[in-house]
Amino acid sequence: MEVFLQTLVAGILKGGLYGLIGIGMTLIMGVMGIINLAHGQLMMIAMYITYSLFQFLGIDPYVSLLISMPALFLLGMAIQKYTLNPLLEVESILPENQVLMTVGIGMVLTEIIRFAFGSDYKSVQTSYSTSTFFIGEISFSLALTVAFFIAVVFTILMFWFLLKTDMGRCIRATAQDKDAALLMGVNSKRITIITFGLGSALVAAAGSLLIPIYYLFPDIGGPFTRKAFVITILGGLGSTVGAILGGLTLGLAESFGATYIGMAFDDMIGLIIFILVLLFIPGGFKRLTKI
Amino acid sequence: MLKVDGIDVFYGDLQVLWNVSLEVRENEILVLVGANGAGKSTTIKTISSLLRPDKGRITFNGHRLDQEPAHKIIGHGIVHVPEGRRLFTQMSVEENLIMGSLHGEAKPKRLETMAYVYELFPRLKERRKQLGGTLSGGEQQMLAIGRGLMSLPKLMMFDEPSLGLSPILVQNIFGIIKKISQEGVAVLLVEQNVMQTLKMCDRAYVMENGRIVMEGPGPELLENAQVKEAFLGI
Repeated sequence: MEVFLQTLVAGILKGGLYGLIGIGMTLIMGVMGIINLAHGQLMMIAMYITYSLFQFLGIDPYVSLLISMPALFLLGMAIQKYTLNPLLEVESILPENQVLMTVGIGMVLTEIIRFAFGSDYKSVQTSYSTSTFFIGEISFSLALTVAFFIAVVFTILMFWFLLKTDMGRCIRATAQDKDAALLMGVNSKRITIITFGLGSALVAAAGSLLIPIYYLFPDIGGPFTRKAFVITILGGLGSTVGAILGGLTLGLAESFGATYIGMAFDDMIGLIIFILVLLFIPGGFKRLTKI
Repeated sequence: MLKVDGIDVFYGDLQVLWNVSLEVRENEILVLVGANGAGKSTTIKTISSLLRPDKGRITFNGHRLDQEPAHKIIGHGIVHVPEGRRLFTQMSVEENLIMGSLHGEAKPKRLETMAYVYELFPRLKERRKQLGGTLSGGEQQMLAIGRGLMSLPKLMMFDEPSLGLSPILVQNIFGIIKKISQEGVAVLLVEQNVMQTLKMCDRAYVMENGRIVMEGPGPELLENAQVKEAFLGI
């Protein structure tokens, strides 16, 4: 029973962070209709920013959120404005070409980091990286718990922004019906740029929050792009509530897989769940929540 | 007020409008009738800048519109209530209305205008928390019109507002359009429902194969032998 609860807790905490990663990709999917296959690589960039700030300036990873998020917001906006939107201007090029472009961007980002930092593993050792506390018999990793709550705060803020502000409404409107949004005066090009910036900033937050727990190397982006993709599909493309459920599902699946089947299988369990969801609820969790 | 001057419009290589010119005057109800595929919707989509003319020009109160991006048009006081409503189906009625009032003076007057829209359509007030996609066809059309009104337009363009509605609802919607025009908003109405619209309008243009073929006061066109034969089957 204890092992079960312990696994459950670990899964939920990880799932909260996965949700944050998934929401970013989902927003981009909803508005632009493309899967951003550089998502994990953007997160990797944020992780290296946090790492550098800690290593060279001694800035705490949680404080570095204030720098990594705006930095990735700007980087994301630049990517959309200068590399993805120009593809829309060219005639007879399909949206798929934007997806291919994101693959290329992901590679470029990875190689730039490899060039600058080398391929070796890095980690950030904070005073709290390995500390734990107990509630009853269950141990909580301090860093992961803090990360989880910050992720929840960002998720709530994101929902507030999407539901209660004019800009948030414009983003949702563009995702639902781009032409109707245009007729209502929404500058859809500007919305795509802001959305890509926001998605990048959210995944940057997840990256910075993971740093005290994770090790870091240039190719870490790929696996996270894959996770984000799985979460987005689980959630039902373009559904933010679905993305949170998808994140939790993946976190729990990995956690239980690692405990009951074996550490080496945690990725496999996630992908098996992915296949099962595609087979039995092909619309993803969106079908269950309707939001 | 609105002047469309000799526009040619293409879908790719296919020309769909040929030298179309029309004018909407202050306070009038202008109707554009014609069979399916005659180019009526294309004409108002071009006015909304969703399509760009290859030739000709469009001006509104002296401002040139045909080079403006689509999202700027509503700021000039022209709102397009599109064919098939095109609501934001996953947003509530209230949010759909808010989406109509993002710009200019419409934004600070949002609550005021919303109260006016609710007065015009009490049904929408009852359902203000409901998602746009869950409304009935008639209610959806009311919401599409309400959303347009939220921008405090000087000119409203309606694309087939009677589409898919029962005859009673059609009467209802036409009544509302008349009321809106009496409040001082110019109306450009695109319809296949020729008989009824020609009765209620001030002037009308008849389109055929991407060209304007006739123009005149509604009742006059109603008596026209050619119109009778082509549209009314008499």
